[in-house]
Amino acid sequence: MTQLLDQLLNGLQLGFVYALIALGYTMVYGIVRLINFAHGDVFMVGAFLGYFGFGVWGLPWPVAILISMVGCALLGVTIERLAYRPLRDKGAPRIAALITAIGVSLFLEYFASLKFVFGPNFRVVTRPFADKQWMLGGVAISNVQVLIIGVVAVILAVLLFIVYRTKMGKAMRAVSYDQDAARLMGINVNQVITFTFAIGSALAAVAGVLFAIAYPQIFPFMGIMPGLKAFTAAVLGGIGNIPGAVLGALIMGQAEVLTAGYLTTNYRDAIAFSILILVLLVKPAGLLGKAGPEKV
Amino acid sequence: MKRLMALVLALLMLAAVGCGGAKSGGSGSGTIKIGVIAPMTGDVKTFGDSTKNGFELAIEQAGKKAGNIAIETVIGDDRNDPTEGVNIATKFITQDGVKAIVGSVSSKVSIPVGEVANANKVIMITGTSTNTKVTVDDKGNVKPYVFRACFIDPFQGAVGAKFALNNLKVKSAAVLYDKGNDYTVGLAEEFKKNFEKGGGKVVAMETYGKDDTDFSAVLTKVAGAKPDFLYLPDYYNKVSLIAKQAKSKGLNVPMMGGDGWDSGDLDFATMDGQYFTNHYSDKDTRPEVKKFVDSYKAKYGAVPDALAALAYDATTLLIEAIKKADSNDPAQIQKAMAGLKDVTTVSGKVSFDKFNNPVKSAAILKVKADKTYEFVTTVAP
Repeated sequence: MTQLLDQLLNGLQLGFVYALIALGYTMVYGIVRLINFAHGDVFMVGAFLGYFGFGVWGLPWPVAILISMVGCALLGVTIERLAYRPLRDKGAPRIAALITAIGVSLFLEYFASLKFVFGPNFRVVTRPFADKQWMLGGVAISNVQVLIIGVVAVILAVLLFIVYRTKMGKAMRAVSYDQDAARLMGINVNQVITFTFAIGSALAAVAGVLFAIAYPQIFPFMGIMPGLKAFTAAVLGGIGNIPGAVLGALIMGQAEVLTAGYLTTNYRDAIAFSILILVLLVKPAGLLGKAGPEKV
Repeated sequence: MKRLMALVLALLMLAAVGCGGAKSGGSGSGTIKIGVIAPMTGDVKTFGDSTKNGFELAIEQAGKKAGNIAIETVIGDDRNDPTEGVNIATKFITQDGVKAIVGSVSSKVSIPVGEVANANKVIMITGTSTNTKVTVDDKGNVKPYVFRACFIDPFQGAVGAKFALNNLKVKSAAVLYDKGNDYTVGLAEEFKKNFEKGGGKVVAMETYGKDDTDFSAVLTKVAGAKPDFLYLPDYYNKVSLIAKQAKSKGLNVPMMGGDGWDSGDLDFATMDGQYFTNHYSDKDTRPEVKKFVDSYKAKYGAVPDALAALAYDATTLLIEAIKKADSNDPAQIQKAMAGLKDVTTVSGKVSFDKFNNPVKSAAILKVKADKTYEFVTTVAP
């Protein structure tokens, strides 16, 4: 029984990290209908910036997270400006934007692997604090788990506040609902898109730093698998839907951990992705997604 | 035009064949030409440099002769590329009249080079290629002319099991390995077999994929089985991650792995006090190790790594075989080589088994937080 609780906690930890990445996918998709494949690599850059912050420059870890968030927000905005906006302005087909996203992703991975950038090697991350563990009724909880669950909970609350309680959030929802109508209502659509990329990338940065603390090893290709899993989580929950992304991520986390813990690690990813396929067969728009006519 | 090209090509080929014949005739009785093939440029450049250094030191210490046979050498750079390795081996054999080859480093190069050597009945001995296929063909038959100076992958698992049972005195063990990597699978399975044969109990045998970074679920499961010992036969980057997470799941037990841990990029702080099997230790106190390490340092100004030691050993074994055969005929040398018994080398006493693999002991090293290794002991097979 306690082992089951331990495993559920492991799943929660993994799911929460996926959730932070999934939010970036889902927000960008909600606003510009673009699957930003470079998102997993922004996550990687976030992990590296965090590592440099607390591991190399010796800053306190909350400051390192902030620096990483700012750095990645700038990176996300730059990617949007240089790669996606010119295509949007020219009215290029959506497939062109998608291919560009894959190109940006590959660029970030291989550029980061260059010797004078991050280098191709694995780096060992030294945790910025000593490992601690508490026993709560037979369940072992580590300070890393508390940190992840705490930070993600706070960030989710802030995000929901921004999206549902501020003017910018209202503008985001309006653009997501109908871009042209939003523009007619006097909303600066490009500004909203820039803001969305900044927020999504900052979330990926937090995920990257937390990931580097929890699984203390980083390298330029570390974003591929978590990015793919988080994207799956976003689709599972209904892409474009914020609570859906979190729900999908939690399901993915538990599916992976429970499969590895009670069946076999061989089927870990297979079962996680099978759940996605089964859900999409029954609810094509995802668990919380609204099925509606495709807007062009 | 086409016809002219064909004619020119044909003439060139004839010329090449003619040259080859003339040169191989040149190395008369009483001398033998030995070629070394190693990656001296490219992604594993340091492996090739060490190999070449070890080879040259061994030839120099033998006084450039094996008994009554004088030794000439040629050097080839394969850039860690199988095609290039085959080209060099073919050039060595057909043009330079090479009768024995030392090399190459990676199994992926040594396998095709070994095919060429075996087909041409030229001796090849590699220092460091651990894949079983180097000396054995796909049908499981030995390639008679191909030898190696290092132990093969599964052997380390057996040594690990022996060390855990006899030296660490553990009763139960858990094994975690990458199901997609022949190296880790070989070590893990052999460990389990030998650990159970020795009276130990393997309480968990868990696998993961090569891209996995989250081991929390598997380790929670393993921790539930309460093993006394963890066997982690993967490369340095993976075991660093697993060990870190194992500790946070309360698995504070001794851990052990194979030569894949031997890297400056290992997480030394986390792995402090854990063990791994390796080919040799420069801190071993046997006189032949001391002599090798001192003369290597004097000549190249660096501490020899395992690659240099194994290349040195491979060359030493070859020289021994030539001495014993007292001939420069590869067929005679092959017989002498296969019959070598207990030759003292830097990495242990060597005899060859029927698959041309050396039977010798492995060194056990202990990782220390200050990025060094402590030599613990050697374990015989």
